[in-house]
Amino acid sequence: MKKFFAQSYLWLLLSLLYAPIIIIGVFSFTEAKVLGNWTGFSTKLYTSLFSGGVSNGLLSAIENTFTIAIIAAAVSTVLGSIAAIGIHNMRGRKRQVITLLNNIPMLNPDIITGISLFLLFVSLGISQGYTTVVLAHIAFCTPYVVLSVMPRLQQMNPNIYEAALDLGATPFQALRKIIIPEIRPGMISGFILAFTLSIDDFAVTIFTKGNEGLETLSTFIYADARKGGLTPELRPLSTIIFVTVLLLLIIINVRARRAARKQGNI
Amino acid sequence: MANNSDTIIKIEHLSKAFGEKVVLDDINLDIRRGEFITLLGPSGCGKTTLLRMIAGFLQPDSGVILMEGNDISEVPPHRRPLNTVFQRYALFPHLNVYDNIAFGLKLNKVPSAEIESRVRKALKMVSMTDYEDRDVNSLSGGQQQRVAIARAIVNRPKVLLLDEPLAALDLKMRKDMQMELKQMHSELGITFIYVTHDQEEALTLSDTVVVMSDGKIQQIGSPIDIYNEPVNSFVADFIGESNILNGTMVHDREVEFIGHSFECVDEGFGTNIPVDVVVRPEDIYIIANAENAKFTGVVKSCIFKGVHYEMFVETDKGYELIIQDYNAFDVDSTVGMFIKPNDIHVMQKERTCNTFEGKMLADNKVEILGAEFECENCTLNEGENIYATINFDRVELLDNKEDGIVMGEVVFILYKGNHYHLTVLTDDGEKIYVDTNDIWDKGDIVGISIAPSDLHITKRV
Repeated sequence: MKKFFAQSYLWLLLSLLYAPIIIIGVFSFTEAKVLGNWTGFSTKLYTSLFSGGVSNGLLSAIENTFTIAIIAAAVSTVLGSIAAIGIHNMRGRKRQVITLLNNIPMLNPDIITGISLFLLFVSLGISQGYTTVVLAHIAFCTPYVVLSVMPRLQQMNPNIYEAALDLGATPFQALRKIIIPEIRPGMISGFILAFTLSIDDFAVTIFTKGNEGLETLSTFIYADARKGGLTPELRPLSTIIFVTVLLLLIIINVRARRAARKQGNI
Repeated sequence: MANNSDTIIKIEHLSKAFGEKVVLDDINLDIRRGEFITLLGPSGCGKTTLLRMIAGFLQPDSGVILMEGNDISEVPPHRRPLNTVFQRYALFPHLNVYDNIAFGLKLNKVPSAEIESRVRKALKMVSMTDYEDRDVNSLSGGQQQRVAIARAIVNRPKVLLLDEPLAALDLKMRKDMQMELKQMHSELGITFIYVTHDQEEALTLSDTVVVMSDGKIQQIGSPIDIYNEPVNSFVADFIGESNILNGTMVHDREVEFIGHSFECVDEGFGTNIPVDVVVRPEDIYIIANAENAKFTGVVKSCIFKGVHYEMFVETDKGYELIIQDYNAFDVDSTVGMFIKPNDIHVMQKERTCNTFEGKMLADNKVEILGAEFECENCTLNEGENIYATINFDRVELLDNKEDGIVMGEVVFILYKGNHYHLTVLTDDGEKIYVDTNDIWDKGDIVGISIAPSDLHITKRV
């Protein structure tokens, strides 16, 4: 009996959490213009999403979202990994301070990060647009990459870098042939994390996108909703994005578990 | 002694400090081509630091390392013609056995056919044939160590550095690997520099043993020399079991200790000179008949140790000796003992009392060990430089560290038959030597106090 209540509680909680997403998912399979009306099952919204039935604005927003996410994730993976190696080689107090400095931006509310970046770009006289959004996304993604690479470095036998040098590798060869393969799983997780964070972001983007008409998905949807009623195609789009992010998260988790299991074997 | 072509590595005046702590203090060492040399010492003695400096992972503060006559102190590790076997193996986890061993050869652009034959030969040498494709994480500790050795020797280094390579293995495996290493050394004919804290391992493997303590070399010699002729009480205590006793060199060929006078073979110390006497436990002959013996004693304990029995005997004059013999003697029985002149090893005492440099202060006070101590009847003027001397047995150690005038940590304990001789490191970094009957443990933090009448002040010029 106790078990039954525990189970029901769990399912109640999960359904509350996922209800909004499920509703979007369900209503993406009907043609009704207004969200909430069910006019029978149809995949017309999906076909129209992919066959140009939507505005150019939405298409370019989708394109911007994904290119920004890929660039930001790639750059922050490189920067974050280098930073993690640097922090790892620090000692004592210096290391604690830098780690704390790395963690603060992650705890800082996005809206504050957005406003600060906005003020920074304005005060430096940089005109805002695609580039500033990319820079802003790199800025808030990098600490997450550092965070996901650090544990790999800590698990690493500290002597293997020296062993590589000892066997005749230059410091750069040792980094490329030994250190990077060792931390690669952390770098990949960091990249995926940065990618999803970038796609997901609204607060920072809205402050740094300028007024030249640049839109990402989140800002486009926001603007669209304010104009009165969501474009119906956003329902299948949201569903697709949700499923994509879900898959990415599953990949991250499976990788983490596999790495943990491998570690446990040694 | 060694001519230049015979010396492969020459270390001159090498020093290194990490912050305040001096880890290597003016090290001078010649390593002959092809020898098996072991750096031996307790943890923190500087042996690993010295090895890492030879490998190039650390830079010396001063001094040079010459390899075949060339200064390599500034050469980065990847350009030094030597290879290292690390304590925790340090295999590359993402590469299999073959690629681990081939790593150095591939970097040196060795043709792949030659790489293959050399890797196989190296694997054969460490008895790991047919393990090429194995994941290194699936190997046991001993197997990983073999791969690590193969990875180093496959590059045909002129010198192989081994940093406690067997420390993580169990006893049986360690013994087997010791024999294999010795075999490998004679087959390869290259110089091995081996670091260990295990004195038995050092004596078993080496041509030359370098005993280190406190960043200094205490003694360099063959295993037999080190065992039979230790230069000081630290070496005597560290290498094997021993009875280390205070004695007096009465005159040439006669030494007095444990309350008796013994014939010995040492000469040239002078007359009535305080010395340290070392007698190995297997060199004290023990007999049931007490009447014909040199001195007598009562057996306090007797433990079977496999080949021999180990006994603690309290002598007629109240000294406790450790004795090893093939025969067991009953506890509480009275036994007789004698020692052959040849088996008595006499060593110069490094010091006979504590001496500190300091400064005279006002009101019969002196500044030594970074604190103010009271003294008596001192006629020197304020501000004068002084030497303060205190006998070992007049230093008072206190349980409660706040009760002393200065604080210190017990860093070394030597049992001298009827008392303990402690080395206490003060907060100021000075060493104070203490004779006491109380039992302290290594690492104890103690208060140190000296009665004003025990502090002898002399002028320093």
